[in-house]
Amino acid sequence: MGRYWRTLRRFWGTALATQLEYQLNVLVELLAVVLSLGGSLLLLSLFFGPGRELGGWSWNQALIVQGFYTVFDGMTTAWLRPNLGAIVTYVREGTLDFVLLKPIDSQFWVSLRTFAPAGLSEVVLGLGLAAWGAHQSGVVLTPAVLVTVLLMLMVAAVILYSLWFLIAATSIWFVKTWNATEVLRALLASGRYPLEAYPAPLRLLFTLVLPVAFLTTVPAEVLLGRASFPLLALGIVLSAGFFAAARSFWLFALRHYTSASS
Amino acid sequence: MVGFLGANGAGKTTTLKMLCGLIYPSSGQVLVAGHQPQRRHPDFLRRITLVMGQKQQLIWDLPPMDSLRVNAAVYGIPDRVASRRIAELSDLLELGEELTRPVRKLSLGQRMKAELLAALLHEPEVLFLDEPTLGLDVNAQLRVRQFLAEYNRRTGATILLTSHYMADITALCPRVLLIHQGQLFHDGPLDRLTSRLAPERHVRLELEQPAPAEAFNGLGHLDSLENCEVNLRVDPASLTRVLAQILERFEVRDLEVNDPPIDQLIGELFRQGSL
Repeated sequence: MGRYWRTLRRFWGTALATQLEYQLNVLVELLAVVLSLGGSLLLLSLFFGPGRELGGWSWNQALIVQGFYTVFDGMTTAWLRPNLGAIVTYVREGTLDFVLLKPIDSQFWVSLRTFAPAGLSEVVLGLGLAAWGAHQSGVVLTPAVLVTVLLMLMVAAVILYSLWFLIAATSIWFVKTWNATEVLRALLASGRYPLEAYPAPLRLLFTLVLPVAFLTTVPAEVLLGRASFPLLALGIVLSAGFFAAARSFWLFALRHYTSASS
Repeated sequence: MVGFLGANGAGKTTTLKMLCGLIYPSSGQVLVAGHQPQRRHPDFLRRITLVMGQKQQLIWDLPPMDSLRVNAAVYGIPDRVASRRIAELSDLLELGEELTRPVRKLSLGQRMKAELLAALLHEPEVLFLDEPTLGLDVNAQLRVRQFLAEYNRRTGATILLTSHYMADITALCPRVLLIHQGQLFHDGPLDRLTSRLAPERHVRLELEQPAPAEAFNGLGHLDSLENCEVNLRVDPASLTRVLAQILERFEVRDLEVNDPPIDQLIGELFRQGSL
């Protein structure tokens, strides 16, 4: 484990150093993050008239959902896209060879090789927004609630990662999967509104097939103290299942890796 | 050190990748250092390395030193040991401040030497080198060649080398394997293969005055003659005599003696139907 930890520190150290080679870029990305969050909030406010509710959620409660959505959007920018998006490049240029020949888990390598600091600001902003929404909704944060929220956020992160990784791993056959991940990202965007805002068939889809509900609505409900235990258990089972699927699919895909020629 | 030859598409790279465990053999069995490569057991991976002339593992925007530190962490080499090995290897490779300049600012030769350093940091026992001198200028080729010879002498590592440059093979490899369409064609000392493959040297001349074709009688096989430019094929045994006669008979502006490219040699061999 010590070796993996040390490797991870080197990975992210070099990622940071690479970013600093292009400092202006980081600044521009930060600006883009703030602008896009502003846009999302404006859009959300359009659904709410004075004193109105959206599927039983008040404006402040919906802010929590929007906040968590921003957290995961930030996670996507900071972690998933730079890493899993690069798998395609590894396959196309054949540099996956170098990864596979290292005495270290290849999924660990391709999943954690780098990160984009700009996304972290989105994570912080999102957490701040969720905290603000919770405060305005009169939430009293007990340690038990906090632990459960963090647990559900982790469950959500694992689900999101596994889904993304499953799609990215198909690039071993198809090489180009950029479009597929864009579709996934668009679907995830549906997580910016509370689940109840959608009609029943979509709700079912977002809970079981593409568990977007677990990313934002469920953690928000935990925070508001109205999540049911079976739902939390389902979330944990789903995330374990998705992760196992992603893992075995990767190992299966590697057996079919033919490597780019010289 | 074993040289691994074959025409383009003969299966050199595929074989190397199979020996590394990157691709699964469809039938038969592969054993490298007592391991089945395709299992990619960590013990096995620690004992081998792969260098590809056309692919790089160094991080493009950062100095090689950062990539070396990443590799040290991945292989679990303690910092102190890593620093010592980097110092030793960079000394051998004549790399100095290049290690602290971004890779994108290095020349091809410097980059290749840094790639070698990155690939050898974990002291592998088996080296698979696929065209390590590709695209390098003559000096850089020579430097890489000298390094490989020295590394081999010091560590006793097994080196399997493919190259398009016959000079790499002649300078380094006492044993040569030649494959054609996936079949092993030759396995043995180099001189036996070269005498079969390169019976002739290519001599290119640029003359001050045009000369008739008859003037080259007895000097070898005349390939082409265009104004002042002449291409001859000469038996190596009589090469010095022929060159002396040429300099005596003609006013020569420029003169080159080459081994025919290995691909061409192999191509000729197979066209002659000696298979």
